[in-house]
Amino acid sequence: MTSAVDTPAEESARPAPPSGLLTVARAPGWVRYALLAAGLVVALWLPNGLYPAVAVDILCWALFAVSVDLLLGFTGLMSFGHAAFWGTSAYVTGLVAIHAGLPFPAAVLAGALAAALLALPIGYLAVKRTGIYFAMVTLAFAQMVYYVANEWRSVTQGENGLQGVPREFFGADLTDDYYFYYAILPIVLLGLLAAWRIVHSPFGRVLVGIRDNPARARALGYPVHRYKLTAFVLSGFLAGLGGGLFAVGHRFVSLDVLHWTTSGKAVIVVVLGGIGTLWGGVLGAALVVRLEDWLSFSGFEAIGLVTGGIFVLVVLLFRRGIWGTVAHLLRRRRAVRRG
Amino acid sequence: MSGFLQNTFNGLVGGAFYALLALGLAVIFGMLRVVNFAHGAFYMLGAFGAYVLLAEAGVPFWAALVIMPLALGLLGMVLERAVIHRLTRLDPLYNFLLTFGLTLILQDLVKSRYGVQSSPYATPAELSGTVDFGLFDFPTYRVFILGFTVLLCVAVWWVLGRTRVGMVVRAATERPELTRAFGIDVGRWVTPVFGFGIALAGLAGVLAAPMRAVNPLMGADLIIVVFAVVVIGGLGSIFGSVAAGFGIGLIQAWGEAYLSDFPIVSQTVVFVVMAAVLLWRPAGLFGREEAPA
Repeated sequence: MTSAVDTPAEESARPAPPSGLLTVARAPGWVRYALLAAGLVVALWLPNGLYPAVAVDILCWALFAVSVDLLLGFTGLMSFGHAAFWGTSAYVTGLVAIHAGLPFPAAVLAGALAAALLALPIGYLAVKRTGIYFAMVTLAFAQMVYYVANEWRSVTQGENGLQGVPREFFGADLTDDYYFYYAILPIVLLGLLAAWRIVHSPFGRVLVGIRDNPARARALGYPVHRYKLTAFVLSGFLAGLGGGLFAVGHRFVSLDVLHWTTSGKAVIVVVLGGIGTLWGGVLGAALVVRLEDWLSFSGFEAIGLVTGGIFVLVVLLFRRGIWGTVAHLLRRRRAVRRG
Repeated sequence: MSGFLQNTFNGLVGGAFYALLALGLAVIFGMLRVVNFAHGAFYMLGAFGAYVLLAEAGVPFWAALVIMPLALGLLGMVLERAVIHRLTRLDPLYNFLLTFGLTLILQDLVKSRYGVQSSPYATPAELSGTVDFGLFDFPTYRVFILGFTVLLCVAVWWVLGRTRVGMVVRAATERPELTRAFGIDVGRWVTPVFGFGIALAGLAGVLAAPMRAVNPLMGADLIIVVFAVVVIGGLGSIFGSVAAGFGIGLIQAWGEAYLSDFPIVSQTVVFVVMAAVLLWRPAGLFGREEAPA
């Protein structure tokens, strides 16, 4: 008998199937470089094949998804309140951009730092619980942030939202979403690179160790809570980076960015892409954003019906996610070839 | 003094809804290890069902109070057999996600049919007016809610405490491994208990219909507060969940009355309390200590 109330949740707090990323890392060098090159080509081509505004959304959501996967897939913590960081950064970025007239990357950085700062107390309290409780606690705190933003009308403009967030960048004309996409691409790639570095650092190894067996990590002398908290703050920063860019991209911030459905969508994007695969989340983000755009374009109103349906189907039938499934099939083929 | 008593009464009524929902969450969690996100959606369906029954079929409140919990309880049992059951062997997070998806679906189904505006539901004639308590008057309907909920909680407490079914549920909730180790067939009670929890949510919804705005989003905002409530009370403790429900209702009502200059307080106080509980007793006020992770 280890723990009391949380036992079943804790012992199985490993929603991640065997990490797909590790499999890819074990793949031959040319596979990895080919995948990387293909990804970069797609990223560079994207606004030519898609509506540029949608491509911008995909980039922002890719960062959001990766930030959630950093916790869910690599630390074993399912944050159901990441809208708090995405949304706080969106508001702070919007306010800084409107009032300070700084270039947009500086405003986004301010937003992401604010998100990280908020992640500190929320994370400190949330990491005291694990499993399903962690999800409930983060969800509750995110709802608190939502209420505060809703009530603090003098700053957030309440339900009207922040209007007219500028895309200031040393006088360059970025009003066209096509050019704006290429302006934010380097920032997003830097964010993704940071996530990749974190996962592959010794620190990231410890996180995976904590995910797989918290008791062992603790016995080995790792301060588990502090590691989780650090991961939480880093994840909040990355989510904030995405949220800030989202605010500048839409030139508008509404309460939606803090809503619990936004938190939920971020989680399902990760599950759809593949938990613990990092790049799967990017794929999931692209698919969901594209699908929602297509739905609203074709005048379909009940988007929740589709998003909810995806949730149910993915959870019931497709728990490995896209990247996870591909990695699994590759692994099986290799195993067969080796006999 | 009479003002204080009135606020206290209001708090207990608000807390009654939290208590009913938290009780359902707690028994479901106890038996299935599932945190049912869709609990709020079923509460909403209860209220909406009562509204639709009255508006389109002329079915009165009292009949709805019986029909809706039964119908939703049945729907819950079907749902448990059809989908939730498939995921109970996996991490509980998957069922959390599944029920989250169900919430979005149920909400949008209702939304696309009835829109997002609130629908009015008249207080049943027998319960309109006020009751004179000497020091203050109080709406009869609210007195009814409070009395009904307290009776219901006592009844559930009696069933849990005095019957064989209750013994199994309590044992499975509070010492799951040990219960199974004793060879008690927990499995056969899983579906009925899930249905019962859902029925409680539906019942709370019907009770809420004459008092609160009936709209498709009424459940989702509430359920997040109830999550905070069960974190405070300790989800593993049935008594704790109910007590925390009433407690939070009281604190919210007092906050609303005495800090009315700061409307933000009554909305966020539950989360502040949750933060304090996490600092002081992470397992919840009535939960048992977790092993250090």
